[in-house]
Amino acid sequence: MKKSVFLGALTVAGVTAGVAAAGTLDDVKARGTLNCGVTTGLIGFAAPDANGVWDGFDVGVCRAVAAAVLGDATAVEFVPTTGKTRFTALASGEIDMLARNTTWTFSRDVDLKFEFVGINYYDGQGFMVPKALGVSSAKELDGATVCIQTGTTTELNLADFFRKNNISYEPVPIETNAEGQQLYLAGACDTYTTDASGLAATRAAFENPADHVVLPEIISKEPLGPLVRHGDNEWADVVRWTLNALIAAEELGVTSANVADMAAAAGDNPEINRLVGTEGNLGEQLGLDADWAAKAIMVGGNYGELFEKNIGENTPIGLARGLNAQWTDGGLLYTPPFR
Amino acid sequence: MSDTHAHSVAFVRETTIEQQAPPSSAAGPVAWMRENLFATLPNALLTIASAYVIFLLLSSTLPWILNGIWNTDSLAECREALQGQAAACFSVLTERWNQLLFGFQYPSDQYWRPGLAFVLLFFAAAPVLFFDLPRKLLLFTAVYPFIAYWLIWGGSIFIPIFAALGFVAGYVVFDRFGKQNFALGFFGGVATALVVWYASGFITPALTPEETFLEAVQSRDMGGFMLNMMLGVVCVSLSIPLGIALALGRQSSMPLIKGICVVFIEFVRGVPLITLLFVANVVLAYFLPPGTTFDLILRVIIMITMFASAYIAEVIRGGLAALPKGQYEAADSLGLDYPQAMRLIILPQALKISIPGIVNVAVGLFKDTTLVSVISMFDLVGMIRGPILASTDWNGVYWELFSFAAILFFVVCYGISQYSQWLERRLATDHR
Repeated sequence: MKKSVFLGALTVAGVTAGVAAAGTLDDVKARGTLNCGVTTGLIGFAAPDANGVWDGFDVGVCRAVAAAVLGDATAVEFVPTTGKTRFTALASGEIDMLARNTTWTFSRDVDLKFEFVGINYYDGQGFMVPKALGVSSAKELDGATVCIQTGTTTELNLADFFRKNNISYEPVPIETNAEGQQLYLAGACDTYTTDASGLAATRAAFENPADHVVLPEIISKEPLGPLVRHGDNEWADVVRWTLNALIAAEELGVTSANVADMAAAAGDNPEINRLVGTEGNLGEQLGLDADWAAKAIMVGGNYGELFEKNIGENTPIGLARGLNAQWTDGGLLYTPPFR
Repeated sequence: MSDTHAHSVAFVRETTIEQQAPPSSAAGPVAWMRENLFATLPNALLTIASAYVIFLLLSSTLPWILNGIWNTDSLAECREALQGQAAACFSVLTERWNQLLFGFQYPSDQYWRPGLAFVLLFFAAAPVLFFDLPRKLLLFTAVYPFIAYWLIWGGSIFIPIFAALGFVAGYVVFDRFGKQNFALGFFGGVATALVVWYASGFITPALTPEETFLEAVQSRDMGGFMLNMMLGVVCVSLSIPLGIALALGRQSSMPLIKGICVVFIEFVRGVPLITLLFVANVVLAYFLPPGTTFDLILRVIIMITMFASAYIAEVIRGGLAALPKGQYEAADSLGLDYPQAMRLIILPQALKISIPGIVNVAVGLFKDTTLVSVISMFDLVGMIRGPILASTDWNGVYWELFSFAAILFFVVCYGISQYSQWLERRLATDHR
């Protein structure tokens, strides 16, 4: 609590210092590169490969914004941040946007003075157990030892869940995911709990992933999304609508394969035409080129393509779309209309 | 004579027997083992128990190491190749070798530059560490920091040249005036150096061509073990002189200097290093005017140096306190002034006493450089924890990577420790 107050105070100082500066959009255009905050490495979401090129689901958002604003998906300076440095990096202006699987919460939005521009991944806390344990629901975990990362919201969610269901558990405190993975495999705890995407990634790294199951219960809401500083609405709009464009593109069937054709000439679907810039002046309203969204989609494809390539079922992480499916498919992805 | 007993004894040896080796119960491996390993029954039991433990350890680790796989492209392939056998997957080291050493952002065609700087480091450090070498070699040591800076960061060669010129100008002024008045010389020297550096800020851009000979590399692109070495070497070599100055300052009779030194030492020593690093990384950004970029590595170097020098100052103060009062009085009675007394009589003895303590701080400091991974700098540990473990290919490889990091650090720290023991033996003048 003290820490968040401290960070909050720093943030306020940073925002008042940042207000005097020009608009972020102009800054980015003048600089020619986008400074995008990412994690120091989270499997599937952001990690540099053997050649040092960043790749991942969050990285895809950064690249899409860079393509929309600057027309060049490689004009991104990736600034790796830890859980402790991410908010100060954004508040102090070191980065223009943060795409670092950050949960959208009330206090981060209001108290820390950030602007979450949308949700690119609906996550939630889950449980993983060895198949040999014969457990099929988290409610059967009475008396279990649970590996849990200390000082995180997952710890509080866990306590709430067990109290609500009136069952007992014994926490095994751990510091990092790597530690949890080792302790869990060594049998120091019956179950390991963290965000479901993290569980899937951890399980994928096991020697015998099939021996472990992720239980169906999701006990918390962790909407992850990119965020920008308060007070620069033009820039927030650019990032928000770039993310929306990726989501809308999937809904409308615009993919990296066909976006070039669609952007070349107006088709018969007016919404697609407005999205790719062959009709209307949406780009101009944002202060960008008419084909800004087309450029963003061209980089890594639409939301669905990004998902499949980085964390989808054909990757080692193997996440199902679940809540992250389009609203038309029973998911929560629902972008406001482009008009 | 020799015939006297010729018939009264059965046999007389006429030649000397060849000298024989002592019996195996008195010398050789058997005797050594009996003496050291099986001297008494409890000793024998302990020996057998220890041998069993060592056997257990080796029998589980050796196959793991020896059967290790070195040439696959991902953990999954590694496991496929091992077919369920428990063995190491060292492929991660070979595939990410350059990233472990240089970080993932340093341009890969420029790796020779930090490599060369590393090799030159030995030549630069040798005359400082081994004082039997010719003193003229110190000239290279003096030039080395500027060469190393230029090699690692690249860019305009005029930056290190003007930096060096600033030092030279400052030294000339100090040399000219310092003899009459130390304070005048000191502050005059500092002011001159600052003026030179300030002026060079205007000249350098004009002199720098568009295409520099060595491509410029940003500080945030540094990483891997190179970053640990850079921070360790720079901070240790800066913090020793600073620590000496602080220790002497704390003993000073001038209240202002003493006060400043005491406050500095006590404050810095009372704060964890990690908070100083956070200050360097995040808090300073709020104090600096928006838009200024103050090199992150420089900030971190300043913080670690401050931290280490406070500790070294206290170690040296211990050495100073251990000297008998007579040594100070002897220096005074010889008519030496303060700098002479310190340089010729007090410090050589005090520093010799402080060697183990200083080495202790140096080794600790070198290992503490891994803390920068917390402020999202990709040193060796940061590389492992961040990019490498987060890649889809290598998520789940822990033992191999962290053992590798441990070995690298062990080699360096053990080297420092061995050097300090050599130094103590070399400097031993007392007859204990």
